[in-house]
This record gives sequence, C-alpha cells and structure tokens, in this order.
Amino acid sequence: MSETVANNGHKKLQEVQMVGIVKRFPGVLANDHVDFDVHAGEIHALLGENGAGKSTLMRQLYGLYRPDEGKILINGQERLFYSPEDAIEAGIGMIHQHFMLVPSLTVTENVALGLKSTRLFALDLDKVERRIVDLSEQYGLKIDPKAYIWQLAVGEQQRVEIVKALYRGADLLILDEPTAVLTPQEVEDLFKTLHQMAQVGHTLIFISHKLYEVLSISSRITVLRDGRVVGSRPTEGATRASLAQMMVGRPIIQQYDRPAVVAGEMCLDIQDIYTKSDRGGDALKGVSLSVHAGEILGLAGVSGNGQRELAECLGGLRPVRQGKVILNGKDVTRASPRERIAAGQSYIPEERMREGAIKEFSVADNFVLEDHGKSPYARGIFLNLNAIRSQARSVIDAYNVKTPSLDTPLKNLSGGNIQKLILARELSRHPKVLVASQPTRGVDIGATEYIHLRLLEQRQTGTATLLISEDLDEIRALSDRIAVIYEGKIMGIVYNSETTLEQLGLMMAGVTEK
Amino acid sequence: MSDLFTLSVLMGIIVSGIRLATPYLFAAIGETFAQTSGVLNLGVEGIMLMGAFSGFYIASTTGSLWLGLLTAAVVGILMGLLMALVSVTLQAEQGISGIGLSLFGLGLSSLLFEKTIVSVVAISGFQPIRIPILGNIPYIGDALFDHSILVYAAFLLVPLSIYVLNHTPIGLKIRAVGQNPQAADSLGISVAKIRYLTVSFGGMMAGIAGASLSLALIDLFQENMTNGMGYIAVALVYFGGWNPLGVLGGSLLFSFVNAFQLWLQVKGVQIPSNIALMMPYVLTIVALAFAANRARQPTALDKPFERGES
Ligand SMILES: Nc1ncnc2c1ncn2[C@@H]1O[C@H](COP(=O)(O)OP(=O)(O)O)[C@@H](O)[C@H]1O
Ligand SMILES: [Mg+2]
Repeated sequence: MSETVANNGHKKLQEVQMVGIVKRFPGVLANDHVDFDVHAGEIHALLGENGAGKSTLMRQLYGLYRPDEGKILINGQERLFYSPEDAIEAGIGMIHQHFMLVPSLTVTENVALGLKSTRLFALDLDKVERRIVDLSEQYGLKIDPKAYIWQLAVGEQQRVEIVKALYRGADLLILDEPTAVLTPQEVEDLFKTLHQMAQVGHTLIFISHKLYEVLSISSRITVLRDGRVVGSRPTEGATRASLAQMMVGRPIIQQYDRPAVVAGEMCLDIQDIYTKSDRGGDALKGVSLSVHAGEILGLAGVSGNGQRELAECLGGLRPVRQGKVILNGKDVTRASPRERIAAGQSYIPEERMREGAIKEFSVADNFVLEDHGKSPYARGIFLNLNAIRSQARSVIDAYNVKTPSLDTPLKNLSGGNIQKLILARELSRHPKVLVASQPTRGVDIGATEYIHLRLLEQRQTGTATLLISEDLDEIRALSDRIAVIYEGKIMGIVYNSETTLEQLGLMMAGVTEK
Repeated sequence: MSDLFTLSVLMGIIVSGIRLATPYLFAAIGETFAQTSGVLNLGVEGIMLMGAFSGFYIASTTGSLWLGLLTAAVVGILMGLLMALVSVTLQAEQGISGIGLSLFGLGLSSLLFEKTIVSVVAISGFQPIRIPILGNIPYIGDALFDHSILVYAAFLLVPLSIYVLNHTPIGLKIRAVGQNPQAADSLGISVAKIRYLTVSFGGMMAGIAGASLSLALIDLFQENMTNGMGYIAVALVYFGGWNPLGVLGGSLLFSFVNAFQLWLQVKGVQIPSNIALMMPYVLTIVALAFAANRARQPTALDKPFERGES
C-alpha cells in the first residue's frame, strides 16, 4: 500500500529501537537503561504509574530531550535528534499530554505553523486547508479547519493534534495519555481512528496508566516502573492483575468492599446554586445535590464543566451568586472556610499546592494550618508546639505519610504523600461532611488505594461525602449514587449499582435521557 | 480667541502631528514585533538615544546622512541583541533588564556626546520630498505628501508589518512563539531564534526612531533628547492591542495632542506650560486604561521560555 501521507520525503518508518536509554534530571533518574522497540502496524502501549518515566522516554524519541546514554535506531540506523524538527523529518509525530496548540490561531494556522509555504512570501493557508479536509475524511477525524482553537472542545483539539502530525507525514505517532481528557464515547472514536491508522501501516505508541484501556487498544505492552522496563509482552494473554502487579510491584485491590450502609439524614443540601466562572458567564447554572450521612455521592463529568467552581463554592472560596447551601441544617451559603469547618465540613481541594497547603511550610505546620487557633494546638496566643508535633506524628504514622521528618518542607514530599497528609488533617477532625475534589489526581496507585480505603472507612462511620472526580473508575469504585455534571448543570443522578458506562458516558457528553 | 482655529493653524497642527508620529511609529512597530513574540523590551528609550547620537555623530563627521542612518540601525541591532542575550538566553527579568538597557543608553549617549560633540550644533537633515502629482493637491498635498523620506518610511512600515505578521510563515511563527512557545517548540521552531530576530529587529527600529529625531525632525543631538518617547512607544503597543493599525492610531493621537499642545504654548494661551506638556502623557494613561483590547495580548509576554514539563 503506497502511503499518501508520507509527504516530507523520508523513507517510511518501519522500526524504531531505543537501546539502553538513560536520562537523568537533577536528583531523579527518569530513565534507567531502558530498551524499547516498535514496528510498523503495531499499537504499542507504554504502561506505568505517574512518574515512571514514560513521557521522558518518548520526549527523547521526539527530540525534545537528548538521552544521557544509549542510542536510537530508526530502520536499523542510528540517529541523533537534536530537536523535534529532526524527529518530524524522520516521520515521528507526538501528541502531548498537554496539547501543543495556539488558542488564538485557527486550526489551519496551527497545522501550517512551522511548515514551508509553497508561495514565495505569503502563507498558503488555502492549500493547507484543502489537505486538512482530505486527511480528516481519510481518517474519519471530524474538524473544521476555519475554527479557532479556543472555540473547540478538548476532543476536537485532540483531532487537530492528530491531523497536525499526519500532515507532517508522521508514520509513527506517539500519544501521551490521550484519553485522560475524553468522555468514554470520545475514547471509542479515538480507538477507532487508531485502529484505522494501524491498518494502513502507521505505528502507534500509546501511553497510559489505565489498565483496561491498554488491554483493549494495544497489540503489545511495555511496562515501566521507576524508570526501568519491568517487561514487554503481547497484549494477548495479559490480564489486569498481571499488569497491575508489574506496574505497581505488588498486587492491588481489584474491587473494594463496599458494605451496605443505610443512608442517614441529609447533611449537605445544595439548592439550585449559580456562580460565575473566571471568564464571566455562569459556571454553575442551577446545581442541586443532596448528600446523606453514610453515603458517597460521586460527581462525574468531563473536565471543565463546573466541577472546580462547585468545589470552590462549597469550600467557601468562591461566592455563590444565587441559591443556597445548607450544611447540617445551617445556611452556609456565604460562610467563610473557617465557619464551614466549625459547622463540621472538611474540604480536600483540587489544587492541593495552591489551596490545601503551603509548600514552603513544614509538614507539622501544614498539619495545623487550619486548627492552629484551637486547643490543644494553641495556649492563649501561643502555639503549643509539643502538642502539634505529637499529634502530627501520630496521624502521619496512621496515614502512612512518608516524610523524612516533621520539619521537612512540604514541597519535598511526593504528590501522593502530600495528598495523604491533607487527607489525614481533614479526616482527623472527624467531619460530618467531606467534600473531596479530585482527591487522587496525580497520586500513585498505592496511595490512591490507601486514600480510597480511608474514604470508604469514613462512609462506614457516617460521614456524608461528596466525591468530585474526573476519573470515572474512581467514581464507580466508591460511589453509592452518581450525579453527572455537564456545562454547569446536573444531567441526572443515578444509583451506581443500576447504571452502565454507556449511560454515564452519554450524560457526560450532555445527552439527556428520554 | 477667534483666530485660534483658522485653516492654516489646523494645517500646521496636522503637518507637525504627522511628522511627530514618525519616531513613535518606528519604535512602537519594532516593539510590536518583540512583544508579539513574547519579549517586553523596555530598553527602547536607551536604544533610541544611542541611535540618535550615533546617527548624528556619523552624519556630522562624514557628511553622509545615509551613513548616519545605517549606523543608527546597526547600533540598534547590537543593543537589541544585548537585550535578547540577557532576556532570552540568560532569562533575566525582562522589565528590569529593559530599564537597565535604557539607563545604559542614556548614560553612554550623554558621555559620548560630552567627549565628542560637546556643544549643541545643528546639521542639515533629511529634507522634505514633495511627491509628484499627489503633492500638488491643495491642502492634502502639503499635509501628507511633502515630508522627508523617514516620515514616509514610518507610515509604510504599518501595512508592511501587518502583512508580515498576519500573512507570512515568519509572522505566524512570531505569533505562535508569543502565545504558546511550548507548541512552537514541539514543531521544531526555535523559540530563541525567533525572539532574537524580533528583539533585534525592534532594536533596529528603535535606533532608526532615534535617528529620525536627530537627522530629520530636530536635526541636532542633545542629552536625553528622547525624553521618555521610548517608554511612550512601549505603551502605544499596549494601546494598539498588539496590532500595527492600533499602534498607528495611538501614535497619531499622541502626536496630534502633542502638536496641539506645542501650538498652544507658541500661541501663548494662558495655561501653565507644565500642564500643557503633561497633556499627551495624561492622555496616554487614560487611553491605556480604557483601551482594554487584550484579545491579541501574547500570553507568553514577559515569560522566558525553557523546554521542560509544560
Ligand atoms: N523537566 C524535568 N525536570 C526535572 N525532573 C523531571 C522533568 N521531567 C520529568 N521529571 C521527573 O522524571 C520522572 C519521570 O517523569 P515522567 O517521564 O513525566 O513520568 P510519566 O510520564 O511516566 O508520568 C519524574 O520523577 C519527574 O518528576
Ligand atoms: Mg507523563
């Protein structure tokens, strides 16, 4: 099959080998003698926890970083890439975790960016546009070449990224966690496109830390852990359990025990609230939710549909324009964060480095950030340092926070440990209501599992939990009921045990039920 | 007061308004390129002074205005490269390094002036050229088509820069580098190269802007003769919303108010001269506060770029 896309003159890319790749960052060995290879027509999954070194490895293949040791062979020949330009020239394209698009430019301009024009001085955007239309038809990638990037939904932006790479004649496409921002249906569409591309001889590297995705899309899997290759095997015959074991280094819990709890009285009652977004316009347009004692209510939705604003409203960090919030029978619509804590609410913010903690402060200081004015942490106007230290020590032990000492600045802890510390602080208050916003984002599987178990334990003791998460797996693993938010409105509330992934996916895409 | 606004008075204000816009246009259009690529160069003032001095010195010693202009352009490029080295390669705080460059230009041009020319002498600068046919149209000919070559060049720079920024591959790269340098980098565009290019082009334009004062508008060099014009040029870029057409509007507005103010003083209208002098500047600040067209504001303005976790 002659490939029409290979238009930049390189020989078709048949095989890539990365041999003994070592990459160091200050204080981190990101890749430790990694061997990796892919062949044309293959969908090769690169699986590993956050921080395992997946992106770093691929950034070297794409010419963004230079390996400290090791070599890269393209079609059996050693190549040195000094910049992405060299990689693109060799037929490699990369779709980054954070999209590399210029919002103020159109789709066509973004595709044309950095390419030679066929005209002497002027851009040849009309020609570029025609080829974009051709490519998008050929691969079933629906995009409007005239639209500005800022007007596009995330799924569309991703398609632009794919077209951008194809336009440059990419035979090998690296996709860095491409599904993180998509609804289940969009994921399906993406997978269709990827299969189609593999069939016409493209090579695909699919980076992910989600097991079921890797199992459903790839033909081969390489697992990375702590910068090292743990193993590489055909997808056929691999199981969730075996992959999880390779990825984490120990077996993980496949399904949590969620013993039935009779939901008690209503603890958090959100009544038809509205709030403004940062860009003006309403981020929440009449959201009503109620959470009962002993219940976890999961709020699912694609990123950017009002979740962050809702969490901030509940934390007392963003004014509610209209509507009411009742906490344990008390109207807290305009209450400060401190008053909410006093009314029995704990809050785990999404931006833990910005809202939940102060990264220059020590572990112990962060522990009493909110309660420093209360006994036993304060004596008159003075802090009772001994009480703070002993309480912090015992909670840190109980929650398994790994820190060299109580005086270590928070910024030196890993994401998972910071999150465990915040959780420890918030839960040690035995809250009646817990609002948790993305509690495990960027946290490794081990710590995630631990946090999940703690949330379930709280549920057992009668806490009413609102779990706001963009990770549908997390929502499904923990929630009793699931509400779906779309463009600032609740699309529906369903019982976890009675719903399906399809139903949730449709609601997340804004499709209302008949 | 009845003779305040006769036709000839109005003509006078228009002609000098157009002339006075010249240095602002050169400097602000050059700065537009630098800022669009993400570099805020506050050193324009210093570069203008050095351009004004070096152009004047070479022109008066060699007798060639063109050689003087060329020198000013080269000095501007060199100072632009210095700014780029400090802010792009060494990633220093752009605002601070720009102010440093301005003070450097002020000090060095004053020092060199004292060591070489010493006293204020005038030369015969670029003379007005009346454009055939157009120049003969009554009133309009005098107002628009009887200026020196540098005035024409400054105004021609506007459509030219619109074309380059919006319709050429290099313009697209410049905009991309100022809006999302990571994206440009990931497509093999060298962010540093583009920024060096725009900042040294901006430097060249600032150098020429300075020379337009000492070789065409005032025809002499004095210590600190720009008197804040470089900073106004930087403000005009914001005022114009990073769009050369807006910069043109801002420059004209500013220079017309300035021309009007000068004329008021000449006329001896009873307002304190300090207040009159302040008028254009007050106007700029007020206009800046209201002209909040931030649509084209480069998101990466004033931010050094380093490849890494984005
Ligand atoms: N530019 C960088 N500077 C310093 N450390 C980095 C940089 N990029 C990645 N790292 C570190 O290298 C390790 C691997 O990161 P990364 O490749 O992003 O992992 P993954 O993509 O598997 O989540 C992490 O510990 C990360 O903190
Ligand atoms: Mg990554």
